[in-house]
Amino acid sequence: MSSADITSERDLPPESEASAKGDVAPERDGPRDTGLDDASLHRWLARTWRTPPGIIGALSSVDHKVIARRYLITAFLFLCLGGLNAVVMRIQLSGPRRGLIGPDLYNQLFTMHGVTMMFLFAVPIVQATGIYLVPLMVGTRNIAFPRLNAFSYWVYVSGGLFAWVSFALSMAPDVGWFAYVPLSGPEYAPGKRADVWAQMITYTEVSSLAVAVATIVTVFKHRAPGMSLDKIPLYVWALLVTSFVVVFAMPAVMVTSTFLILDRLVGTHIFNPAEGGDALLFQHLFWFFGHPEVYIIFLPATGMVSAIIPAFARRPMFGHLGLVLSLIAVGFLSFGLWVHHMFATGLPKLGASFFTASSMMIAIPNGVQIFCWLATLWDSRPVIRTPLLFVFGFFFIFVIGGLTGVMLASVPLDLQVHDTYFVVAHFHYVLIGGSVFPLLGAAYFWFPKITGRMMSERLGRWHFWLAMVGFNAAFFPMHIVGLWGMPRRVYTYPAELGWGNINFFISAGAVLFFLSFVLFAFNLVHSALRGAPAGDNLWDAGTLEWATSSPPPSYNFARIPIVTNVEPLWAEREALPVATGLRVDVRELVVSTVAEAHPDIREKSATPSIWPLLAAIAVGGTFLYSIFTPWAIVWGAAPIAITLIGWFWPKGDPEDEE
Amino acid sequence: MKRFASIAFVTAIALFLQGCAGWQSALDPKGPAASELAWLIWFFTGLCAAVWVLVMIALALPLMMRPRERAEPLVVDADADNRKLRVVLTAVGLTAVILVGLTLLSFFANRTLAAIGSDAALTIRVTGHQWWWEVRYEDATPSHILTTANEIHIPAGEPVRLLLTSTDVIHSFWVPSLSGKLDLIPGRMNVLDIKADKPGVYRGQCAEFCGAQHANMGTFIIAEPREKFDAWWNDQLEPAAAPMSDEAKTGENLFLKRPCVMCHKIGGTPAGGTVAPDLTHIASRQTLAAGTLTMSRGNLAAWIADPQGVKPGSHMPVVDLNGDELNAIVAYLEGLK
Repeated sequence: MSSADITSERDLPPESEASAKGDVAPERDGPRDTGLDDASLHRWLARTWRTPPGIIGALSSVDHKVIARRYLITAFLFLCLGGLNAVVMRIQLSGPRRGLIGPDLYNQLFTMHGVTMMFLFAVPIVQATGIYLVPLMVGTRNIAFPRLNAFSYWVYVSGGLFAWVSFALSMAPDVGWFAYVPLSGPEYAPGKRADVWAQMITYTEVSSLAVAVATIVTVFKHRAPGMSLDKIPLYVWALLVTSFVVVFAMPAVMVTSTFLILDRLVGTHIFNPAEGGDALLFQHLFWFFGHPEVYIIFLPATGMVSAIIPAFARRPMFGHLGLVLSLIAVGFLSFGLWVHHMFATGLPKLGASFFTASSMMIAIPNGVQIFCWLATLWDSRPVIRTPLLFVFGFFFIFVIGGLTGVMLASVPLDLQVHDTYFVVAHFHYVLIGGSVFPLLGAAYFWFPKITGRMMSERLGRWHFWLAMVGFNAAFFPMHIVGLWGMPRRVYTYPAELGWGNINFFISAGAVLFFLSFVLFAFNLVHSALRGAPAGDNLWDAGTLEWATSSPPPSYNFARIPIVTNVEPLWAEREALPVATGLRVDVRELVVSTVAEAHPDIREKSATPSIWPLLAAIAVGGTFLYSIFTPWAIVWGAAPIAITLIGWFWPKGDPEDEE
Repeated sequence: MKRFASIAFVTAIALFLQGCAGWQSALDPKGPAASELAWLIWFFTGLCAAVWVLVMIALALPLMMRPRERAEPLVVDADADNRKLRVVLTAVGLTAVILVGLTLLSFFANRTLAAIGSDAALTIRVTGHQWWWEVRYEDATPSHILTTANEIHIPAGEPVRLLLTSTDVIHSFWVPSLSGKLDLIPGRMNVLDIKADKPGVYRGQCAEFCGAQHANMGTFIIAEPREKFDAWWNDQLEPAAAPMSDEAKTGENLFLKRPCVMCHKIGGTPAGGTVAPDLTHIASRQTLAAGTLTMSRGNLAAWIADPQGVKPGSHMPVVDLNGDELNAIVAYLEGLK
């Protein structure tokens, strides 16, 4: 390993000099950025960090921004597909005993809606936003493990294709996104539909675990010099906590889906009560993942809110430390709530009551976050632009969702509303209000950074009001129809129950809400092609992603910035202090210490490679084959091994040999 | 925009008021458990609405007061921030107090609910099937044990204990105007105590997704005065009424010769299948196919002739019958009061 001899053009904090451990052997050294003038520095870096040309080059890319863009676009397409599912369902439910679609298709539709929105849209898009922004915000040149990151995208795409091709073949899962046994077990779900559910979970879990690991390492080891723990932006904190939640929650659902596949394919009886198995075990395992899943989707969105509010309130976040602690608290508490999804299963009353208390308790750290955001907005005159409008929408909607969540935490109350449209309303208020609205705000906020062009403000305001009206019209009445006794997951209902008119109103709202996304898509495409050019830092925000050009170059920063404040661009108005000493002819990054972010060593970042794609194809093929026979694992091991050997083949780099 | 919003609002209110007298509604309680829960729902709703309004006021404050624009984002008024810290800490403390209060409230509500059925004299075992309910009235005397389907008669004003289980997938028993829901899980037995204050018919339906016909798995609780209930029980224990007309007689023979007999039981005849609803007194029920159709000659014929059209995916197969045969079977079943 080469040691660090990073020096600053300004005064470095003394401790970073103390960490320098001497120079490297000259024969291994190449040109450094220390003395280079700007023009030749850009030339060098652009050549070293570029994505190779051509199709193979594009498929080999390991640039976190390229991968993130693909993720964002793919996830947005899945959002549209999932939204279309919802519109078809809403047309079917717009009146009693409507015959547009039968139960077979309806059950596939609502399952695909849930699976698509959870696994193919929400989790990937919040992680993708992190893939794009985290390396920029912590001031590094690429995400940690860039090839793993590329691999995660290809696995995700193949999982999504697998699910939707199955749907096109009328082979999509029809057992709900939760796929409770025995309904999804071998006896009651013949055919391949439930296997598609189980394996598609595996694809997306592999991919999101990979991203989580890359994110954690990026945040811990690749922060710019000086970005000690107390100077990490809140958005990055949110992604860090989320990634840990992913790492601990996802294995639970992988175990669940693997047990299910074993029951279905190998003939085990893990969930079969007749043979000593237990059907409720499935629910415990699933919700041990399923509840943190909500926070996996929600926490990154709180990070987005924490990024947008300071920029428009024109001050640093009030209660930064409180927000960080509540993020961490929510991360821990999210693992202690899963039983509130199972109150109606008849668990012992005392045990269930504990989960009432813990479910209520998580409202406290979430309350802390809300109050700190509000307090930040208080002593300033916020600049009201579209991103902030969506943050206001987030408050309006998410607080309702949070409060109905408090209602659901109460065991007796939950027994009336569990599995009714009240719950449908509740979690759409939480997930759309808590995650999609901040995501839309984030889209307007960071789109100029990603494309270098502004989004239309006029269309943005129309979009916001259309989305607000459509969303509330579609989902608020669901609370009421749920209390009137309408259960979830019904493909039709009798006329005499009097739910017809309100459902018609809900469907109209749903169409309106869908149209708001059509408008948004138009705004995205139109602005990407014709939008007014955006400057590097058009909102005059304070975090590092605004220090580089829009769109950022492949190497993110010509010189690695040194961080002196939690809002570095506000603290250093003239010029950001930078660290130099990195080689420009190879992909070198600064690896820093976890707590203080002292520059520690220089390390090479992986070069573009086609192997992650080939490995993902091998893995995806194995998963696909494995819904037909357990031997797929044996036969698939060979191509996976070959591609992994290709991927990790030693390059003869001196760094590898040490 | 404003005009549209106000029209939408008025329409919404009108729609909401119109459906309030639902007979399957948690807001229309007809028993002590549902009343307790309705009160709890309204209390939580009121409190949450108040909290929401306060948060929205706090959000609107800076927009209304229009403080001066900040020039230098990093220059923060420390005194103002200290004041804010006190406000935030107070708000967090209040949140905690409210949450502790709500937690205690829900514990006490749970105790109240648990006390309702402590002296239940009648025990009914409800078994969930895809997609109907098997109802068995337990009794110490074996000859008094009664098995029926989908409609549960109970004596009004008395607590009744339901034992809930399933033989296939998970279902959930829910009659909102009487009580909260509880799952029917294969390999487990759950206990739900219900009580209807007054005689009446209370609709419920399966609340856990259970496959193709989850939407059409309704049930009715029919609460009657005690003496009427006892009479009903005694009537139901009788074997099936003998066919009165020739057509019905033909129908009985057809029923016993055709696949119907493989699944259904009719007391007093050789038909003894147990995988489908007991038809001994089918004509005394109000609905067919677990609340999907009202009981009538035409609906009986429709259900037998085209079960997959009425309830696609249901386990009732199409039995090949010509028109006369269908009429005969319907005539026979119609007589099974």
